[in-house]
Amino acid sequence: MKYVSEYRDADMVAQYLEEIRQTVTRPWAIMEVCGGQTHSLVKNGILNMLPPEVRMIHGPGCPVCVTPLNLIDKAVYLAEEKGVILCSYGDMIRVPGSKRSLLESKARGADVRILYSPLEAVKIAQENPDREVVFFAVGFETTAPANALSVIHAQRAGVPNYSILASHVLVPPAIEAVMNDPDSSIQGFLAAGHVCTIMGIDEYYPLVDRYEIPIVVTGFEPVDLAQGILMTIRQLEKGEHQLENQYSRVVRPEGNPEAQKVIQQVFTIADREWRGIGVIPMSGYEVRPEYVAYDANIKFNVNIEKVAESDECIAGLVLKGIKKPQECPQFGRGCTPQMPLGAPMVSSEGACAAYYHFSQAMEEVSA
Amino acid sequence: MELQCPMPQLDFEVITLGHGSGGLLTNKLLETGVFDLLKNEYLDQHHDGAIFTLQGPLAFSTDSYVVSPIFFPGGNIGELAVNGTVNDLAMCGAIPRYLSLAFIIEEGLMMQDFWKILVSIKFAAERAGVQIVTGDTKVVERGKGDKIFINTSGIGTLHPQAQISKSRVQVGDRILISGNIAAHGIAILSLRQGLQFDSEIQSDTVNLNHTVVRLLDQFGEKIHLLHDPTRGGVATVLNEMARDTRLGVEIWQKQLPVAEDVYGACELLGLDPLYVANEGIFMAFVAPEVADAALEMLRADENGAQAAIIGEVVEAHPKQVILHSSIGGKRVVNMPLGEQLPRIC
Repeated sequence: MKYVSEYRDADMVAQYLEEIRQTVTRPWAIMEVCGGQTHSLVKNGILNMLPPEVRMIHGPGCPVCVTPLNLIDKAVYLAEEKGVILCSYGDMIRVPGSKRSLLESKARGADVRILYSPLEAVKIAQENPDREVVFFAVGFETTAPANALSVIHAQRAGVPNYSILASHVLVPPAIEAVMNDPDSSIQGFLAAGHVCTIMGIDEYYPLVDRYEIPIVVTGFEPVDLAQGILMTIRQLEKGEHQLENQYSRVVRPEGNPEAQKVIQQVFTIADREWRGIGVIPMSGYEVRPEYVAYDANIKFNVNIEKVAESDECIAGLVLKGIKKPQECPQFGRGCTPQMPLGAPMVSSEGACAAYYHFSQAMEEVSA
Repeated sequence: MELQCPMPQLDFEVITLGHGSGGLLTNKLLETGVFDLLKNEYLDQHHDGAIFTLQGPLAFSTDSYVVSPIFFPGGNIGELAVNGTVNDLAMCGAIPRYLSLAFIIEEGLMMQDFWKILVSIKFAAERAGVQIVTGDTKVVERGKGDKIFINTSGIGTLHPQAQISKSRVQVGDRILISGNIAAHGIAILSLRQGLQFDSEIQSDTVNLNHTVVRLLDQFGEKIHLLHDPTRGGVATVLNEMARDTRLGVEIWQKQLPVAEDVYGACELLGLDPLYVANEGIFMAFVAPEVADAALEMLRADENGAQAAIIGEVVEAHPKQVILHSSIGGKRVVNMPLGEQLPRIC
């Protein structure tokens, strides 16, 4: 398939891996921020092709994993108690809230629908004028433009029964939070290519300078990841810290100004709670007052009591890369993809789920 | 190709609760429609069940069909219901003979839709060489069903050379797949999602029994296990096999046959073709010495042009399926948790 198979070329990957082997002289810890990259590293078996000196740490860039418990409870409440048509991206609906997941709500009769685009949700609202339709607008900067556009579209088309339950988080503050943690051991970052496609790369220069770490904007295919890791290792070995763009075929330095405009029109930056990590200042989007009619939080005045996370789950430490998933006493015992205690065990982009599969593979393959 | 049989003149357009009441309306529906179309000596007896004689060991299988939408590119729920049970019998190494056919219809189903489904059932049964010998029709209130559900059960006589059993799978067995994977699931999903591609992705639904018979005629007991990777896809079949036999499985991503358009759709939808449903392919675990010949034979078959050897049964990593990725990595292929859910990014 054009524009994909070129970046899954076995020879190219082998060449980059060989260069990594030849370049690396000592252990390095690199965080790939984005869950999509984690998924690709695992799915393509890249993790166990890297030399032992290179340790990849899976970052907090899994939107499903960091969506606060309270927000999932709100979505469940809206679907069950308010009778709304609750629309969501697919892997969000399996994440457990304090009582249950949206998938369980659906089984109990709530109208929960899996969509690929929020514009579909607007259409559902138009087709069901007597029902309220709420889109669970989860994601990083990548999904923000589409979610913002759905609000603009609903306003223009006069669709009063549509609103979004926004849970948008931002990558740069997450990198700061990870680096500010005194226990962090991270020495370099692969920045999330798709986020930079929207936002551009400028906001990463200050991070490179302040924390003196290399950041390489990286894509998602095997060739991208191998090259991104190589670029990071080269900098680390030379003692440099720069911002580089591996994913230049997609990421322009300025990003996508049109998409940014749409985001700014609908959202404003605010403090945001990250599941497992806590509140990170100015790390998310909330709906601007001008669009309050489309903010499900305000529209339904949902006040759900905050329930504390299970203290058995160390998701926060895992998301910051301080603990490996296997270092959790519950890993693979009290917490499995079938019976998850925390979100990182649910999503295929979550570090725990990735490690659950990967470490199984390692034990068995090397046995 | 859509096969046609003219619909009889009826004085009703939609199916109502009365058509499932067992009374006059039921008779009318069956006499003017079903019986005429599916005509055979057993059905013509209009008895409570079918009485027949069969020799030798038999295989017996049942399956229910609830696909939505009921019409999709490449087929409809009717032929799916026939092919599905026919294929389940074929996977036992049996030659399918007789089917039962039961409908649960939601009131309001258009008669012309029901007729279309019946016609495709008729032709699917003819293609597979099976007879529908007994059946049932129930109608439920609107909202209590989803247009139409179908159950078929089937009986087949075992192929004399067939020795199909999980217990016969051995280390070294080669794993063959008869055709491109993931077409059915993607055809259904793209319809549900309203996705348009350059060319319409068609379901692969087809009866596989004649292909299996040819394979068994030629290779007999060298065919150790047959499976059709329907719900849960290829990954599920491999995992079940590995779990039950306590053997390991290795597959090569490069060898997996996936049509270009289906592959593209999977990329777009965030789905792994290994977990997507199929309705017209099967997997065969065969002795290594016949693997190449079996592959050659499959490739010459009308249902096997894209056949491939995708993997091997191994002693290492018991109960686990390992995929060698195209780029030379390795990963575990797990059992799917439930419905495959698209990822956010």
